[in-house]
Amino acid sequence: MTDILTATDLKKYFVIGHTGLPKREPITVKAVDGISFIMHEGETLGLVGESGSGKSTVAYTTIGMYHPTSGSLKFRGQDLFPANEKRPLRLRKEIQIVFQDPGSSLNPRRNIKEILEMPLRIHQPDKNRLEQIIHLLEIVDMPPEYMYKYPHMLSGGEKQIVAVARALATNPSLMILDEPTSALDVSVQAKTINLLLRLQKEFNLSYLFITHDLSLMRNVASRVAIMYLGKICEVAETADFFQNPLHPYTQMLLSSIPVVSEAEEELKPKKVISTGEIPSPVNIPSGCSFNTRCPFVMDVCYKVDPVMVEAGNGHTVRCHLFPQPVAAGG
Amino acid sequence: MSSEPLLLDIKNLHVHFAVYGGRLNVLDGVNFFMRSGEKVGLVGETGCGKTTTMKAILRVLPMPPAHVSQGEIRFNGRDILKMSDNDLSQVRGRGISMIFQDPTAALNPVFSIGEQMKAVIQHSAERGKQSSRQETHQRAVASLQEVALADPERLLRSYPIQLSGGMRQRVCIGMALSTSPELLIADEPGTSLDVTIQDQVLRLLRTLVEEKNTSVILITHTLGIVRETTDRVYVMYAGNMVEVAATKKLFANPLHPYTQGLISTVPRLTGGGIASGIPGRIPDYLNPPPGCRFHTRCPHVMDVCRTEKPPAYRVDEDHEVACFLYRDK
Repeated sequence: MTDILTATDLKKYFVIGHTGLPKREPITVKAVDGISFIMHEGETLGLVGESGSGKSTVAYTTIGMYHPTSGSLKFRGQDLFPANEKRPLRLRKEIQIVFQDPGSSLNPRRNIKEILEMPLRIHQPDKNRLEQIIHLLEIVDMPPEYMYKYPHMLSGGEKQIVAVARALATNPSLMILDEPTSALDVSVQAKTINLLLRLQKEFNLSYLFITHDLSLMRNVASRVAIMYLGKICEVAETADFFQNPLHPYTQMLLSSIPVVSEAEEELKPKKVISTGEIPSPVNIPSGCSFNTRCPFVMDVCYKVDPVMVEAGNGHTVRCHLFPQPVAAGG
Repeated sequence: MSSEPLLLDIKNLHVHFAVYGGRLNVLDGVNFFMRSGEKVGLVGETGCGKTTTMKAILRVLPMPPAHVSQGEIRFNGRDILKMSDNDLSQVRGRGISMIFQDPTAALNPVFSIGEQMKAVIQHSAERGKQSSRQETHQRAVASLQEVALADPERLLRSYPIQLSGGMRQRVCIGMALSTSPELLIADEPGTSLDVTIQDQVLRLLRTLVEEKNTSVILITHTLGIVRETTDRVYVMYAGNMVEVAATKKLFANPLHPYTQGLISTVPRLTGGGIASGIPGRIPDYLNPPPGCRFHTRCPHVMDVCRTEKPPAYRVDEDHEVACFLYRDK
């Protein structure tokens, strides 16, 4: 299996203000604070976290809306942020995004034809566009007469499907789905997800699937990464992840999910009960950032930030409960 | 069935909205009841009339455009729709409280938490029995302590913007319960919160209503929350109650094709993929389909469904379903 996306110690800090005179030190939000992950060709990597965990910042950095503070991001071995130059068009074409709220990601003053035309005009200027637009609508099971409708005439689910069609227009190989169904009802979500899964097979797409819904993740992702306050705390194959969650935060997340059957209830970790609130990302606790809410907190957690360790079978976890390498001081 | 009197009894409620272009027939004969001390869930997708029903109970629907054309809403035996404004304000104060989906929108940003809480406590008091400023303050502090908020004195002085989403929702719960209402209507109380915070808020809500023996109507479209919180569930589709059952029965044995479709589309933690969903979409209220409003999407549709509206068939104790499939059972 080849790798499509490689992030190495990726950081994105935002300066949100300055302290008072005379020092005037910048106040920064560490939205993404040194994350590393690998995405394989054709897989769906689920990126899960609560609000403020930095999952959307990862998405926006990958498509190039943000420039990382440090670290590197590589697409099939090519640097996505080459020094002193813009990202080349051929790379931009390969990575597309579907945003969370289709109500605001589609221009209300353009009809569907114009919305789908834009990426085609930029990336494939010499082909017959009308033909391609009809073809795109066909791919996503939408009748061609929808071309002349405006976004407000469509339901939430249909709008999201138009957003998917727009992302497909450039024939990408990596698609970022930023909570694509969180604004939709469950029955509409089911349809949209099934469409996305079909498209993935048809066009051999890789999905970076961002969500806060772990039950959804269980059914779509091949691997899952959990983020908390700008850092990844656990990565595992989906089945392994749900059978054997290791990080206390993951267990807390899993135990908080409302479920609809007894079989699922069995699967939820019983020991960890959700407590506390997510700290402000401006003021991240020292040591392990989860130490304010962790039921297993130890002295070392307040002093040393743990590093990612392998817990067997490609399952990695960042927690002091698991033996840390000596060099990290754990 | 217990012999306790019904706390809330809605019979054949019809609500329509007069809009440019015609009449939106939203509620089409809603029947609903609950006993004192019960926790009842109301589920359905966006636009099925959940919130309209609850707003009708509190009589906060904007009229016009809304009109209640038929039906009655009895709260402790008295019809809310025919009450005088004075009686109604008593019901709103101490009879029924409501928690809204978005705590940020429910709290006024320009008043401190204390001012808002005290206003609620004072206005809910019986006429002539208003408590002193000190007592009001103490009750506000006690309400905040109940919802597990630390340092209530400081909180009373702070403004909504200074609190996190979870804290705001706790304040709203505290405010709603500070008047010791008989019935609490919670409209999607956790939807705008993160899953771990939602879990905390719902657990708190469950403990509090258990302690105070408050009756609860929980409106949500998250089926899992209903399963974990309520005793009985109503399923609503396009302005009709299509199924009602004890919560355990409904999840173990959903009968209405819509309920079956809805439950099957929920992604499971145990995996196994996602069902294909229910074809089509919720009908247009300007021109709803005749007969059963679900017939345009129903996989088991029969001729009779297209012309007649199915009544609620009782299939079991505490289990009714409005579908012709269960006519002979």
